[in-house]
Amino acid sequence: MSGATPTRTPAPAWLRPATLADALAARAAHPDWLVVAGGTDVMVGSTRRPEPPGVLDLFGLAELSAITEGPDGLCVGAGATYAALLRHPTVRDRFPCLHEAAREVGALQIQARGTLGGNVQTSSPVGDTLPPLLALDAEVEVASAARGPRRVPYAAWITSYRKTALATDELLVAVHLPWPAPGTRQRWRKVGTRKAQAISKVMLAATARLEGDGPGRPGTIAHARVALGAVADRPVRLPTVEALLVGASPDPALAERVREAVRAAITPITDVRSTADYRREVAANLVARFVLDLAAPALPGADPGAGGAP
Amino acid sequence: MKVSLVVNGAPREVEGGPLRRLLDVLREDLALTGTKEGCGEGECGACTVLIDGEPVNSCLVPLAQAAGREVRTVEALASGELLTDLQEALVRCGGTQCGICTPGIAVCATAALAREPGADRLRLRELLAGNLCRCTGYQLVIDAVAEVVARRADATDAGAAPPLPARTAPTAPGQAGPGVGSRGAAP
Amino acid sequence: MIGLGERVGASPPRVDGAAKVTGAARYVDDLQPPGCLVGRTVRSRVAHGVLRALERDPGFDWSDVTFVTAADVPGRNVVTLIEDDQPVLVPVGGTIRHHDEAVALVAAPTKEKAEAARAAVRLVVDPLPAIFTLDDALRAEVKLHGQDNVFKRFEVTRGDDVERALAACDVVVEGVYETGAQEQMYIEPQGMLAAWEGDTCHVTGSLQCPYYVHKALKVTLGLPAERVVITQAVTGGGFGGKEEYPSMIGAHAALLARAAGRPVKVVYERDEDVAATTKRHPSRVRHRLGLAKDGRMLAADVDVLFDGGAYATLTQVVLSRGVLHAAGPYRIPTVRIVGRALATNHPPHGAFRGFGAPQTTFAYERQTAKAARALGMDPVALRRLNLYRDGDVTATGQTLRGSVAAHPTLDRVVAQLEQPPPAGRRTLPQAPHVKRGRGVATYFHGSGFTGSGEERLKGQATVAVAADGVLEVRAGSTDMGQGATTTFAQIAATALDVHVSQVRVAQPSTDKVPDSGPTVASRTCMIVGGLVDQAARAVRSKLEAFAAEVGLAADDPARGDLPALARRWAAARGELAETHTYRPPAGIRWDDQTYRGDAYPVFGWAACAVDVAVDTDTWEVVVERCVHAVDVGKAINPTIVQGQIDGGTVQALGWALWESVQYREGKVLNDRMTNCIIPTAIEAPELETLLVEEPYAHGPFGAKGVGEIPMDGPGAAVASAVEDALGVAMDELPLLPEVVHRRVRAGRAGGAA
Repeated sequence: MSGATPTRTPAPAWLRPATLADALAARAAHPDWLVVAGGTDVMVGSTRRPEPPGVLDLFGLAELSAITEGPDGLCVGAGATYAALLRHPTVRDRFPCLHEAAREVGALQIQARGTLGGNVQTSSPVGDTLPPLLALDAEVEVASAARGPRRVPYAAWITSYRKTALATDELLVAVHLPWPAPGTRQRWRKVGTRKAQAISKVMLAATARLEGDGPGRPGTIAHARVALGAVADRPVRLPTVEALLVGASPDPALAERVREAVRAAITPITDVRSTADYRREVAANLVARFVLDLAAPALPGADPGAGGAP
Repeated sequence: MKVSLVVNGAPREVEGGPLRRLLDVLREDLALTGTKEGCGEGECGACTVLIDGEPVNSCLVPLAQAAGREVRTVEALASGELLTDLQEALVRCGGTQCGICTPGIAVCATAALAREPGADRLRLRELLAGNLCRCTGYQLVIDAVAEVVARRADATDAGAAPPLPARTAPTAPGQAGPGVGSRGAAP
Repeated sequence: MIGLGERVGASPPRVDGAAKVTGAARYVDDLQPPGCLVGRTVRSRVAHGVLRALERDPGFDWSDVTFVTAADVPGRNVVTLIEDDQPVLVPVGGTIRHHDEAVALVAAPTKEKAEAARAAVRLVVDPLPAIFTLDDALRAEVKLHGQDNVFKRFEVTRGDDVERALAACDVVVEGVYETGAQEQMYIEPQGMLAAWEGDTCHVTGSLQCPYYVHKALKVTLGLPAERVVITQAVTGGGFGGKEEYPSMIGAHAALLARAAGRPVKVVYERDEDVAATTKRHPSRVRHRLGLAKDGRMLAADVDVLFDGGAYATLTQVVLSRGVLHAAGPYRIPTVRIVGRALATNHPPHGAFRGFGAPQTTFAYERQTAKAARALGMDPVALRRLNLYRDGDVTATGQTLRGSVAAHPTLDRVVAQLEQPPPAGRRTLPQAPHVKRGRGVATYFHGSGFTGSGEERLKGQATVAVAADGVLEVRAGSTDMGQGATTTFAQIAATALDVHVSQVRVAQPSTDKVPDSGPTVASRTCMIVGGLVDQAARAVRSKLEAFAAEVGLAADDPARGDLPALARRWAAARGELAETHTYRPPAGIRWDDQTYRGDAYPVFGWAACAVDVAVDTDTWEVVVERCVHAVDVGKAINPTIVQGQIDGGTVQALGWALWESVQYREGKVLNDRMTNCIIPTAIEAPELETLLVEEPYAHGPFGAKGVGEIPMDGPGAAVASAVEDALGVAMDELPLLPEVVHRRVRAGRAGGAA
C-alpha cells in the first residue's frame, strides 16, 4: 500500500466575466464549458461526474440579474434568483402566477441561489416556473457575440426533452413578460410529492380575462392561456382547451367540457413520482376548477385554490 | 485554484477545483464540521450556511462562487461560550434531538428571523421547510423559534436593545464525541 | 442537592444540547484521524444470481487502492445476529440475494479515487430467477429459504375454535390490509470508522447497539472479545435502522483498515444508504373480526404476512412483536393469529420503530372502524366497550396486572377534541370539493423484550465513582437523539440527590460500559433506567457509609455533599463501581414453544384522533388536527418524552400519507431524499400531544417505554379519517394521492359507499 497521491485530472478553468460582452466572448471561445449560475441544478451529483474542461460563472453578473419594467412589459434577467423575483413588488402584483411558482420552487436555501434562467435553461418537464412563462406569453432573449441578441417565444423555446433553441455560442440573457391586460386573472397550482420543497407531479398555470362581467353576471372569456407542467416531455399549452374557453361563459357546463378536453389533450407518463392516470385526472380537475372559479368574483393575487401555499 | 473568502469573520485562503463543494472545504480544510451533510443535493438543509447573510445549501455552492464572500457557519452563531437566544431556546424547548439537522436549522432560522421578525407559526414552518428533521416532528422546533419571535417582539416593544440576554452555555458532562474528549463534571 | 427543575419529572435541558446547537458535537463523519482512508462498497447490480468473478480494470491505477473481498475475511464470513445467513461480502462462487448487496470493498486516500476504484470493479454474475412479491414467495416455485420460503411462523390461539366462534357472531367484518416498506431516513447516513492498534480493532460509529456490533465483529474478525472495541460516536438518528446494519459496515471498515494498515472510514452517501440498508417490512394482513350486535368483540382471526427480504436478520423478532399485538387492546375471548415472514429478493427488511406492531395495528384498527360502521355504533363507544381494563386477559393468556391506561388515554383524546384546535394550524379552505373526516385509533405496545427476552438478556448498568472522582453512569444503551443520556443523568441525579451537571454519562464503548442490552424495544428507560436508579442508590449508600467511616458527624453538611464524598472516595480508595443486573419481576411466565404467557412485562397505551381534509381535485390529504394521548408510566423528562411522541407521530403520518419506497426488480427506484420523501415542517400538523402517566410498579419512578408506541396507531387513524371523508375504504398505506384516487374510482365503479 503506497501513500502516493491519487491521480487527479487538472482542475477545470474558471471564468467569471464582468460584463455580458465578456461572457458572450467566452461562450463563443469555449462552447464545451459548463455554464453555471446558482448551481442548484448542476452541482447535484457533481462529485460523481467527470469535471468539465472549464466553467463559465454567470452568478451575480449585473447585466443578467436585473428585473426592469418597460413600456411593453417586465424584463427578468436570466440570472435573477427566485428570491429576487419574490421580493419584486411588480412580479407579485402583475405576475402572481410566477410569484407563486418562485415561492414553491424550493425552500429559502434554493430560492437564494436558483435562478429563473437556470430553470429556463434546464427546461425540465417539471421546472416550476415554466408553465407560468407559457401562460404569460413570455419571450426568451438569447445573445451571441457573433449575431447579437434574438428573441424566441417561450412556446418555441424547448425543442425536445430538455433541449432548447439555444445555440452553442449563445447565452440566455432574459425573459420578457408582456404586461397582462388589466383584469386578467391568474392561477398557479402545483401538486407535488408533498407540499413543500417537492418535485412536481402536475402543475397548472393559467390566465383568463373576462368581458362583460359584473355583479351576478360572469360575462364571457375574452382571453385564455392554459399551461401544464409534468404531463409531457416539456411544459405544454393546451390550445384546444383555450379555444373552448374563449367566447364562452364560465359555468359548470363549460368546466365539464374543459375537463374532457384536457383529458384528451395530454398523454402523461407513469414514473417514480406519479402515475399517468392520476396526472391526467388531476390536470383535468385543476383546469376545470380554474374555470369554475372564474365565475366567482375576482380575488387579488393568484388565488392558489384549495391546497395552495400555506 | 486559490480562493480567498471570509469565514466566520476571519479571512481564509483555500485551495481546490472551482467546482469543489463549499461544504467539503468547510469540513475538510477548515475543520468546521458543524456543517453537516445529509443528502448532497440541496434537499435536507443540514449543510445550510450563510453567504453574505443569505441561507444556502453549501453542498450546492461551488468553491469559486464563495470567493470574496462572507461565509458564516453554525460555529459562529454564538460568540464564545454564549448561545444566542435562538440556540438557547432550541435546547430548552426540546428543539434538538439527534442534532444532525440542528446546525442547519439554527443557521436558517437565524437568517429567517432577521428577515421576517414577525413571522407566525405557519410562516415559520414555510421558512424552515428546507430543513428536514426526522426526530422532533418539528413541533418543539417551531415552539422554540416562535418563542424567540415573541420574546424579541416584547423586547422591541419595551425598547430594550438586545432581545434576550444570552446565557452561558450549559456545560455538558454527558457524552462528547470522540476527539472532543470527555469533559469533567462541573464541581 | 438536586434542584426541583432537574428532578425526575422536570425538564432540564438536554445535557448534549449545547454541543448540538453550536456544531461542537462530533459525529462519525466529523472524525478524521491522520492517514484515514475513504472506504467504499462494491455492490451487486442484480437481485439474485451467482457471482462468478470480480474483475478489476487493468487500466486503472490500483497502486494506492486497498481492495478487499470475501477471501480476506479472517474469521467467519457472516453478520452474526439470529441466523448466520448473511455474508459480510458475497464470495466468488456464492449467491447474490439482493440488489446492492456488498461484494467487495475499496479504500483510497480521497473520495474521488475511492469512487473511481469502485467503478473500476466489474462483476460477472449468472442471474437467477427472483422473488419480489408475497404471492410468489408463497408459491415457492423459486426457493430462497427451505422448501416454502417461510423464515418463521408464529401462532397464537386463545379460547374456542375460531371458525366456530366466528360462525356464532352477529356480525363478521373482514378485510385485507397492506402496508409498504418505509425508510428510516435518519438525517445522518450510516457510517463507521475502524482503526487497528496492534492486534486490537477499534471501531467507532453511528450505531444503536455497540454490543451487537461487538458480537458480530468478534466472529467476522476471528478475535477474542477483548480485542474488539466498539464505541458509539454521536449518532444522528436511528429509529431501528442502526440496530443491525452497523455490524455490516463495521465489519467492512475493519476489514479495509486491516488490509490497508491505516484507519478507514466508511460513510454512506444517501442513495447508497437508502438502496442497501434495512427498512420497515411490507405487510399484508387478513383480518376477520366477529362481534355481537351490542358491540362486544367475540372472535378474531388474523393472518399476518411480512416480506422479510433476502436474509433473516431481525425479521423473526419483528414478526413476533407484530403477531403479539395483532388482536389489539381488546377483550376478545377467541383469537387465532398466524404470522409468517417470507423470504424474497428485496434487501433485508428489519428494525424500524414499532417493530412489526404498526403493520398489525393498522389492520386491527381499520377493522375496529369498519365494525363500528357495520354496527352503526360510535367508534369511540365501540372501543370503550371492548378496551382492556386491569385484570383482563390478553390473547396470549397474560393477565394484565396494573398500569393499564387504555381508557384514560382515549378519555384524554375525547376531552381534547372538545377544545378548540390549536392556533396557526394549516387547513384547506371550506369548499364543496374539500371533504373532511375524522379517524380514531386505540392501541398498546409492549415495553421491553418479548417474553423471557429480558431474563435471557440480563442487561447491566453501572453507576460509579470514576477514578477522577466524578459520579458516572455507564451503560451500553446509546443516545441516538431520543434523550437516553439526559434521562439517565436525571435518574441518577435524582437517586443520588445531586445536580444533573454533577453526573457524567460515559460514552458507550465496549471496553468501558457493561452490556445493557440493545437500545431497542422501548426498553432503555424502563429496563436500563431502572438499573441506573438501583445502582445509583447503591453508590449513594456506600458513600454515606463511607462518610460515617471517615468520621463525618451525622449533622455535618459535608455528609450530604455526594460529589465531594465521591472525590474523597476516589482519592482514598480509587474507583467505586456498582453494577446491577436486570431481574424480571416475580411471576412473569412465558412459553416460547406455545407462545403463551406474559408476552411483555407491561404495556404502554395510546389513543389518537386525526382530522383530515381531502382536496378531491388532487386527492391530497392534509392533516388538520392530530390529538395523541400516550401513557408512558412516568415522564422522567416531559420535554424529552413529548419530543419522542411528536417525532414518532410525524413518522407515522409520513408512513400513512407520503413515504413510499418503490422497488423495481428488487432495486430501490427512489433512493434519494428528493424522491424518497419525508414530511417537512409544512406537512407536519400542529401536534396536540398529551402525556398520560399510569405508573408501572417495576419501572424507574413508574416509567415505561415510550419510543415506539407513537408510531403504531396514527396510520390507522389517518386511513379511517380519509374513509370518513370520502366514504370509500382505505385499506393500504401509504395513502398517496394516487392511491386515494384509485380507490375512490374503484369504489365508485363497484358501487361501494
